[in-house]
Amino acid sequence: MLVAILIIVIKVAVVFAGIMTGAFLLTWAERKQSALMSDRIGANRASILGIRLWGIINSLADALKLIFKEDFLPPKSMRFLHAIAPVFAMLPVFLTFAVLPFGPPVMIAGEQVNLQILSLDVGLLFVLAFGSIAVYGVMLAGWASNNKYSLIGGMRASAQMISYEIILGLCLIGPVLVYGTLDPGKMVAEQNLLLWGWLPKWGIFVQPLAFLLFLPAAMAETKRAPFDLPEGESEIIGFATEYSGMRWGMFFLGEFAEIVVLAAVLATVFFGGYQIPFLYGGMENMGGPGFHFPGGAYVPVAEWLVVALRVIAFTLKVGILMFLQMQIRWTFPRFRYDQLMRVSWREMMPVALLNIGITGLVLMLLK
Amino acid sequence: MIDVKPVRQIDLTFWQKTYYPEAVKGLAITFRHFFTNFFRHVGRTLGMKTKAPAVTIQYPEERRFVSPRWRGLHRLMLRPDGSPRCVACMMCETACPDRCIYITPGETSDGRIEKYPVAFEIDLLRCCFCGLCVEACPEDAIRMDTGILELGAYARTDLFLDREFLLSDKPELTTHEQYPGELEGAPVHRINLLKLAKGHGAH
Repeated sequence: MLVAILIIVIKVAVVFAGIMTGAFLLTWAERKQSALMSDRIGANRASILGIRLWGIINSLADALKLIFKEDFLPPKSMRFLHAIAPVFAMLPVFLTFAVLPFGPPVMIAGEQVNLQILSLDVGLLFVLAFGSIAVYGVMLAGWASNNKYSLIGGMRASAQMISYEIILGLCLIGPVLVYGTLDPGKMVAEQNLLLWGWLPKWGIFVQPLAFLLFLPAAMAETKRAPFDLPEGESEIIGFATEYSGMRWGMFFLGEFAEIVVLAAVLATVFFGGYQIPFLYGGMENMGGPGFHFPGGAYVPVAEWLVVALRVIAFTLKVGILMFLQMQIRWTFPRFRYDQLMRVSWREMMPVALLNIGITGLVLMLLK
Repeated sequence: MIDVKPVRQIDLTFWQKTYYPEAVKGLAITFRHFFTNFFRHVGRTLGMKTKAPAVTIQYPEERRFVSPRWRGLHRLMLRPDGSPRCVACMMCETACPDRCIYITPGETSDGRIEKYPVAFEIDLLRCCFCGLCVEACPEDAIRMDTGILELGAYARTDLFLDREFLLSDKPELTTHEQYPGELEGAPVHRINLLKLAKGHGAH
């Protein structure tokens, strides 16, 4: 019992530290990557004892600045709601990660331990549910600020998030139909299988259309460009107008954490999670752990190395997907609000429904 | 008759309407820039000689050529004997559209001129750097050719310039070498404006 609790505590700590590190590095990567792709140099001023570390120190300076900045509370605002809104925006994001597996099940002291905080049968619903709760943060922020424009901004943001939430849900039905499970752990295990003996059964190969819709919808959900109508810090009066200092920082830390979590969801559902093609562990009973290539070639790999490789693979996939999101964010111009809504309801929604229909038909024919 | 301007309709192909191929093209451009610059940066860190990864000028260390006629911070000129050129004729104060120049004239026993400025103050916060004061001055007493761009201050009073500041001895021509110590401790790659101006005129 005590060991089980200890294991859970360790897993929670690892995941929390991972997301926080990811979010922290993203604040740096955002500045540096956008600079590099537009032929600039980017953050490089802040230094500790002359060490600049390519601008990573700037993130520390940013955090310090946010903490010591004046925390302005609008008069006649609802103090409690105003204070709690950033928490609503940040906390659900961390909870979402609980159901995502970051490594294969391992045997510790004769007991099987899943590298996943919570093995839920309805894992994907959990992800969607907590994704939706972030809307409360935005809406409360707009309402509690006692500012008409913030309220409208909050409404706008929540309308956008709910619209794209629907697309997210519809896009996930395809993979759910294919893998026959809502549990991300089982879904990832399923993605180790091969199609026609050579193609990994990753989500992106069996559900390419769902992926093409899921990626933009999920980016709209994180309120990032080209869907960043809720914030637009300097041009649009958004929900966070009346926030300053660390409260504002929490909204944006939550947003960066959302990027990490989103990358993890994408990796889990569409990129095989922790799986490496043709690599099998001892538990899968393929005749020993190692690479089993289609031609019959077999490269043995130690069991512990398989686990390590898989955790590294998951981290790498998440990293690459975060990089991709950043690149998308800095490449495209912002949508207009009516375009945003039209894309969601009139363009993505029918295609998402079509995808479900096709998937169902193909699955029925294959049976 | 009202002119009707026909709006140009752009006919998009089916693939363009789907957004994705064009999006991928756009991403390809930014990815190309990113990786080119990334490898240049890495190369530099490893000590290789690569092309410059950025087109930006790293401001405090590197400075752009500033034209000698560029209007920067004001200064008051001196006669060869060290007295101010200004004769307190109030032309600049009159010409100033922002009314940010305040001159207090005083009589002088100097036989050549009647008046001299007892106080000559410029409120930089109101100044719009139009240069009309320079144009209006009959004595060439006020100029804006110091080339000082960094007009920041921590208090509003710091930007209320008095006669002593404006008159403080500045060399005739504007170069950034005039202002040592403006970046204490930081290595400064200074650009000789005069030299650059000559090169600039050549082509």
